[in-house]
Amino acid sequence: MKQTLVMARQLGLVSCHDCHLLSHMPELSANHAAYCPRCGGELHQRKPNSIMRTWALVIAAMIFYIPANLLPMTITSSLGSTQTDTIMSGVIYFIHEGSWQIALVIFTASILVPFMKIIILIYLLLCVQFKSIRHPKELTRLYRLTEAVGRWSMVDIYVVTILVALVKLGLIANIDAGPAAIYFASVVVMTMIAAECFDPRLIWDALEKQHE
Amino acid sequence: MHQIACHECDLIHTIPPMPESATARCVRCGALLLQSKADSINRTIAWTISGLILYAVAITFPFLAIKSGSIVQQTGLLSGIQQLFSQDIIPLAVLILLTCVLIPLMQMFGLLYVFVPLKLNIRVKFAINVFRLFQHVKPWSMMEIYMLGILIAMAKLGKMATIVPGLAVIAFGLLIFVLNFAITAVDSHMVWERLEGEP
Repeated sequence: MKQTLVMARQLGLVSCHDCHLLSHMPELSANHAAYCPRCGGELHQRKPNSIMRTWALVIAAMIFYIPANLLPMTITSSLGSTQTDTIMSGVIYFIHEGSWQIALVIFTASILVPFMKIIILIYLLLCVQFKSIRHPKELTRLYRLTEAVGRWSMVDIYVVTILVALVKLGLIANIDAGPAAIYFASVVVMTMIAAECFDPRLIWDALEKQHE
Repeated sequence: MHQIACHECDLIHTIPPMPESATARCVRCGALLLQSKADSINRTIAWTISGLILYAVAITFPFLAIKSGSIVQQTGLLSGIQQLFSQDIIPLAVLILLTCVLIPLMQMFGLLYVFVPLKLNIRVKFAINVFRLFQHVKPWSMMEIYMLGILIAMAKLGKMATIVPGLAVIAFGLLIFVLNFAITAVDSHMVWERLEGEP
């Protein structure tokens, strides 16, 4: 199927973010917004301030990623001795125990995925800002992947909260959440919002200019 | 025949009337454009109601118990969150409350609020806003991730103590599937077309 490739914006059309209805984008003066005739959602050709918002959240996530990995995630006190665990020491513990599958799950979800997500978002932002026209299809696929996988990083936070709420055995054993937990939760939430702020259509806009 | 633009690359497509259970993908970037569902309204309502029943079980019955020697301590889903509140880990407590308790409940009530009137052919106020909200909260419903967290926590405690899953965990696990079935049964294009022109 070969059809002429036309983008909605070239025809002065706009697709509603919420209900995907295609409608004509009215000429707007400053401080006025257009609304979707079907669902009443605000219309934008592209997500507003997409690049700036994504940058801001990615940079914030990068900063929070450091204490999230260096500070302790859990503080376990058992029979008078106290032990603090970072994300990495939790991974190492499982390797020592011989359950490398669980070590792999935690390593992927808590260290690799947030890191890759930050790197991929930065890469996408740079591609858009330098108007790269190479491999738009692969870039879009990369974006889709980060959007889908990112939420699974939350798993370590859930493990911590389950342990904290459950292990309250007085002197025998007691687990508290360390300061890293909140930093780590913020990293996950911020990268999720960052991915939501990024508009993949920007990847394809450079291509449109090239054709003209 | 109607036109839509791909939400990921803005390419215009002309879509012919779709047969039941068909999908349309963007010819350029491969994004999923439309997916028509067979019997969407009935299936969504059915799965959502079963979801609510499972939810009631998951909230009220004992969730997890910890056993160390002769000591057994039980926690419910909500009392666990309360435990976090009382230990002043409020941001995390709020996060769990939202992602695993309130947002799934909102999704189910939202679906019923939109779909029951569609089934009965009546119009209700704010259906458009409710459906919009339903679409926006979707990535923040994280019950399946919580379930994985339970499994890892069980492995992590290992020798120190054993975690005994309660009836609520089973209901919670089933709810993950049922809610997912309900959401996949939603034909959002059909919903928006039916909601069109509402006040």
